[in-house]
Amino acid sequence: MSLTSLTAHELGELLNKREISSVELTKAYLRRIEEVDDQVRAFLTVTGDLALKQAAETDEKRARGEKLPPLAGIPMAMKDNMCTKGIKTTCASRILYNFIPPYDAAVTERLLAAGAVLLGKCNLDEFAMGSSTENSGFFATRNPHDLRAVPGGSSGGSAAAVAAGEAVFALGSDTGGSIRLPAAFCGVIGLKPTYGRVSRYGLVAYASSLDQIGPLTRDMRDCALVMNVIAGHDKRDSTSAPLEVPDYTRFLVDDVRGLKIGLPREYLGEGLDDEVRGWVKRAAETLEKLGAVCEEVSLPHTRYALPTYYIIAPAEASSNLARYDGVQYGLRVEAGDIVSMYSKTRSQGFGEEVKRRIMLGTYALSSGYYDAYYLKAMKVRTLVKRDFDLAFEKYDCLLTPTSPTPAFEAGEKTADPLTMYLSDVCTIPVNLAGIPALSIPFGLVGGRPVGVQLIGKAFDEGTLMRAGYALEQGTDLTRPRPVLERTVEE
Amino acid sequence: MNRQYETVIGLEIHVELKTITKIFCSCPTAFGGEANTHVCPVCLGLPGVLPVFNEKVLEFAVKAGLALNCEIASFSKFDRKNYYYPDLPKNYQISQYDLPICRNGFLEINSGGGTKRIGITRVHMEEDAGKLLHGSSSIVTSGYSLVDLNRTGVPLIEIVSEPDLRSAEEARAYMEKLRSILEYLDVSDVKMEQGSLRCDANVSLRPLGTEGLGTKTEVKNMNSFRSLQRAVEYEAKRQREILEEGGRVIQETRSWDEERGVTVSLRSKEEAHDYRYFPDPDLVPIVIDPGWVAKLKASLPELPDARKERLVREMGLPEYDASIITGSRDLADYFDAVAAEFNEPKTVSNWLMGELLRLLNASGMEMRENKIAPADLAALLKLQASGAISGKMAKAVFEEMFATGKSPETIISEQGLAQISDEGALAAIVDKVIAGNPGPVADYKSGKEKAMGFLVGQVMKETKGQANPGLVNKLLKERL
Ligand SMILES: [Zn+2]
Repeated sequence: MSLTSLTAHELGELLNKREISSVELTKAYLRRIEEVDDQVRAFLTVTGDLALKQAAETDEKRARGEKLPPLAGIPMAMKDNMCTKGIKTTCASRILYNFIPPYDAAVTERLLAAGAVLLGKCNLDEFAMGSSTENSGFFATRNPHDLRAVPGGSSGGSAAAVAAGEAVFALGSDTGGSIRLPAAFCGVIGLKPTYGRVSRYGLVAYASSLDQIGPLTRDMRDCALVMNVIAGHDKRDSTSAPLEVPDYTRFLVDDVRGLKIGLPREYLGEGLDDEVRGWVKRAAETLEKLGAVCEEVSLPHTRYALPTYYIIAPAEASSNLARYDGVQYGLRVEAGDIVSMYSKTRSQGFGEEVKRRIMLGTYALSSGYYDAYYLKAMKVRTLVKRDFDLAFEKYDCLLTPTSPTPAFEAGEKTADPLTMYLSDVCTIPVNLAGIPALSIPFGLVGGRPVGVQLIGKAFDEGTLMRAGYALEQGTDLTRPRPVLERTVEE
Repeated sequence: MNRQYETVIGLEIHVELKTITKIFCSCPTAFGGEANTHVCPVCLGLPGVLPVFNEKVLEFAVKAGLALNCEIASFSKFDRKNYYYPDLPKNYQISQYDLPICRNGFLEINSGGGTKRIGITRVHMEEDAGKLLHGSSSIVTSGYSLVDLNRTGVPLIEIVSEPDLRSAEEARAYMEKLRSILEYLDVSDVKMEQGSLRCDANVSLRPLGTEGLGTKTEVKNMNSFRSLQRAVEYEAKRQREILEEGGRVIQETRSWDEERGVTVSLRSKEEAHDYRYFPDPDLVPIVIDPGWVAKLKASLPELPDARKERLVREMGLPEYDASIITGSRDLADYFDAVAAEFNEPKTVSNWLMGELLRLLNASGMEMRENKIAPADLAALLKLQASGAISGKMAKAVFEEMFATGKSPETIISEQGLAQISDEGALAAIVDKVIAGNPGPVADYKSGKEKAMGFLVGQVMKETKGQANPGLVNKLLKERL
């Protein structure tokens, strides 16, 4: 078994038993990146020297007999919209092509303090806007399971890196499904925590009221280990919840007896790929076999979630992205006067999808349209949230597909943004409600992974982990091995 | 046709609060400093950073609202005001829109011999922007502009009045009263020249006796009470001339040109911004505990009107003196401290209104920079009252106290200014003068009264002017 297909907790054991060193491990991952990343293109920046230095530090500590936390010495990657001190943070945008933050994001700080080794920064749809990682300002990432397919978006680089064996785990950010969709497409686990569970300090904002950072991992135990490090209150983020964080590994019990799981009918109807529907049913059956109770439930406002999202997210984005103007940092296109400088910088620095959303958002907030669009959307958001509240009076969690289809072909949807937006139809309601959701691989369609989604109550990530762990233990469907890996191993 | 017009004025006043740190980060708010040294990633609006609200700002804003008789919101929030300008790092300003922290207040000004109530529409909190230095006169024509973001994120409150003011004098009186209240509350430095108090005036005219509002202009860039008064006077006159000629006033923003004494057009309504306000998703709503507000209300200091009334009622000061003394909290506190040790309030107020304010004005100093300790001024007034020094000397000693901060006793002994009132000591000098000036002594004895003046002068000369003149006269007469 190669080091690049093991999980963090498996590798942690090898490190603790001194069967490998972190430097060896890091070198193996850097070699893997060299071997496959010209095909996958998951990384925007690889920080090899820094990674080896960090790895050597944890090896020294281990040699001195220090007891190290579980992720110490484990090579990881971060989506390139999380700030890394002294390392380029571009958001895959030409407007930030040269931006080097003088500070770390809260999650960066926490992971580095836990001894995790940063291999580099992963590709994304520019400013996290997109569902295929084809909207990167630099290049597109491909799906390691099938290089003709997209890895999903916008954390496509992070998901692909984990799936392709280029990082043990990675962080993504999820505004409308941006962790869960690529997790499903790439056959890895992706968790969008409750809004406020993980500090957003240092996450370059797309839509502040929806954005949340979460892990992309190879199994549920790794998901719990990463959450143990990144979750928790941060006084630098006013929306961060001042709540205690449980040890998530204690939810990894092979027991879902008595767990009540709702199957929302609105997620299983029209537009859903038949084979995907079949896999969701098999997931439900698996959970029932293990003792859970599954029942159909209705979330009647689900169909309004997508249009609501496409008002609120662009509105916030139009304001969040206003700071990229060429005055302080990033790209500046010189011009005769300040207004032309702004205009040229922004029109050359931003890609099509970002411009589209800025214009949508600007329009939705304009005087005369605010009430009809933004305010109305905020009211519908409340209705969507109330659907979940009602469902959770009766159910511990909900089971849905993560995406209506498996990964689609690269280029297939780029010409039609509306079709592309439908990719996130199952994930978006969760962000509007601010609740947690997990995508876990379950089956394949045409060789491409399928993910199922577990949706939970606010701050109840534990139940999702419990159900996810049961699914993982109950079948052999939850860790698809990418074709790419087989090719390389042969 | 000769119609009578009425001027209608509303003021929007921005007040920089004197918290130690900025509104959304922990950078210092201190004025000055080398450009871009009081900044951090948060107030620079760098990618990924988030604002954290400084609760002290809320306390100061609520205090101001309470002093202005406002209702305090139980639920408030921050909104984003979106517009592009290079001194605004995020290209939006965090401000308050539909749910300001305070509303529906008033303050009273003196007008036409009586008091007049001016409505306060709202008080809201926001962050300040930075400063630009242009290579030439404007950002559009300038070859370069320099950006200093030290002031970015300094907390402001904006106090918006109802259009209840009817003249430039009333506008000035309102502004002065507001400054005085804010100074009493100790929530701002209230220095117009340093920009910690900034004023925009909305000015319109309407036919006398009508109720509707005419087309208004917004006048900016007035940085003293005098320029506020002049600008409003000018703008009212300009609008009256337009209306009298049958023209129409256009809604626009105008800037006061202090040197030329005119307002000039900055931008017209057509170029007006659509600020696209919406709730700032990075900040949580503000929920106010009524108990906390009640506690703040109970802790408010005595405000200028109440204090003035007390000085008239309890200390017997004339209305005029009381309003000058209470116009500034520092001056009123000083008055109280001096009067506590020298119980003649009118004498104290005369000295403060006369000598102290004269010297402060002449030196351009603030009241708080005054070096004379209240106890020292009280001691000086006691020395004068006891006859130990003359009124003229007291003024000289006062000037020295103002310049050096020394006590009157120190100055008097250092300069040997005390009067010699000791008969024994003076008698010897008088005898010496009589012995040394036989001619004038003879003249006096022969009835030439003038000679007495010469002899007194000689004694004064011997004593370097310190002899008590009454006593010298008495001793000379006794001996001759
Ligand atoms: Zn700062």
